[in-house]
Amino acid sequence: MSLLQIQSASLAFGERTLWSELSLSVEPGEFVALIGANGSGKSMLLKAIIGSQQLTSGSISFFGKPPGKNNNLLGYVPQHRASDQGLPLLVKDAVRFGLDGHRFWFSNEKDADQKVAAALAEVDASHLSHKRVGSLSGGEMQRVRVAQAIISRPKLLLADEPLSALDLNHQQRISELINQQRKNLDSAVIFVTHDLNPIIEYVDRVIYLAQGKHSIGTTDEVMRSEVLSKLYGTEIDVVRNQGRIVVLGAHDHQHHDEEEWS
Amino acid sequence: MIDFSDIINFSDYDQLIPLVFNSILAGALLAIIGGLVGVFVMHRELSFAVHGISELSFAGAAVFLLIGLDVVFGSVFGSFLAALIIALLGDKARDRNSIVAVLMPFGLGIGILALALYPGRAANKFGLLTGQIVAVDDPKLGAMAIISLIVVVSLLVIWRPLSFASLDQEVAVARGVNSRLLGIIFIMLLGLAVAAAVQIVGALLVLALLVTPAAAALRLSSSQILVPILSVLFALVSMLGGTLLALGGTLPISPYVTTISFLIYLIARGIAWVRARA
Repeated sequence: MSLLQIQSASLAFGERTLWSELSLSVEPGEFVALIGANGSGKSMLLKAIIGSQQLTSGSISFFGKPPGKNNNLLGYVPQHRASDQGLPLLVKDAVRFGLDGHRFWFSNEKDADQKVAAALAEVDASHLSHKRVGSLSGGEMQRVRVAQAIISRPKLLLADEPLSALDLNHQQRISELINQQRKNLDSAVIFVTHDLNPIIEYVDRVIYLAQGKHSIGTTDEVMRSEVLSKLYGTEIDVVRNQGRIVVLGAHDHQHHDEEEWS
Repeated sequence: MIDFSDIINFSDYDQLIPLVFNSILAGALLAIIGGLVGVFVMHRELSFAVHGISELSFAGAAVFLLIGLDVVFGSVFGSFLAALIIALLGDKARDRNSIVAVLMPFGLGIGILALALYPGRAANKFGLLTGQIVAVDDPKLGAMAIISLIVVVSLLVIWRPLSFASLDQEVAVARGVNSRLLGIIFIMLLGLAVAAAVQIVGALLVLALLVTPAAAALRLSSSQILVPILSVLFALVSMLGGTLLALGGTLPISPYVTTISFLIYLIARGIAWVRARA
């Protein structure tokens, strides 16, 4: 059974369609990259899977239930934000939230402290345990975020632009870490990014969102000039260089299009 | 000339204590809920909302006093009304602040109107604004106890998901925490706590119990366990210290409570400053 099934899902706000008739099943262990320009609806797709955004039409099923019913089976790695800085939250408590923070009363998970320690050790962040979340660097914070996401041993890891605001070196480390955890847990990953390159060697499938349309397939099937040109409705060049992929032209057009919307 | 022996006079202290036993109990209850609720007021940046709720709580109490109904119920009614409006309309901090700023003078105005029309003694009237210590009779203490029980038990039930949603909302929502519902439940609990506080310290000074102790605690620690403990401790010291000092004279209770509370905050800031330099 696929752990996540999306059937002809569409999302529109008034006249503006973010994506439509999007169908996808995600299998355990699969690494799916979700790419597209700003405003193409990548985060909205994650929100729809989480259950905090209603679809306009279509359906999503996660472990046989509608979105929002099985959220304890997923782990979530958010974008790094500088606004976390003043937060009165210790690293170990933040990681603990990922384990049983959703539970009422004080129904503790068994061996919670050991699990927190193990999750932090897993991402090589044991020494950060008693630090305040706000005192961490971007790279450290994202490692803690991964620990927080994996501590419940989730079946699906959702990562919403976890690499933004990180330098190249940390982008690679965090990507590697998420991929490693996917293998350890045999969980699926949906990884939102605007740059495929840091994760290119791990990706099984790509969902490319643009202009209310989408294309789904392997990296080689989707990241081609003719496919993206069709999506954007304009000339796009996909250039490959030493295993890296550069998309030329997409950004210019997207920008133009956003002006039309405003 | 001010006669200081009037203001500070501890000669009959041992006889006074039994007379204000109810007040001391009520103060302790208030400190506990104020200290606990305050932690989330800080986490959720609701300080200004507390002020707005307390003015409407005052208005409710004053109107109920005027029409001959129970003051505590009036207080709770006003609080709930304000809390509901803020919870339903003020989802974003920016909206919330403007809604509170609009509600606050309106509530104060209604309250002052009701007090102006009220034929009873002026001293009783202004107790609602600036606090009163002697007026805690058994029914009022009973009401305070019930309110405290509801607030503390409900808060303990939602403590963890509310902490998660307050400190790490995006991930909490992803993990299935109903952040919006918890926010509404919390602001209603806050409304109850404010209504209780208005009875003792008065509407204008509620912040000294619902914000200052938690703010001081957060200067000293980020621990999920230590912060609520310190916050309650600071609120207890302010409240009980203030009550005991107020007994020795003719001044109302609130200046004592607010001063102690403020001093604790200053000391906490001082300690945090020294630590940061070390």
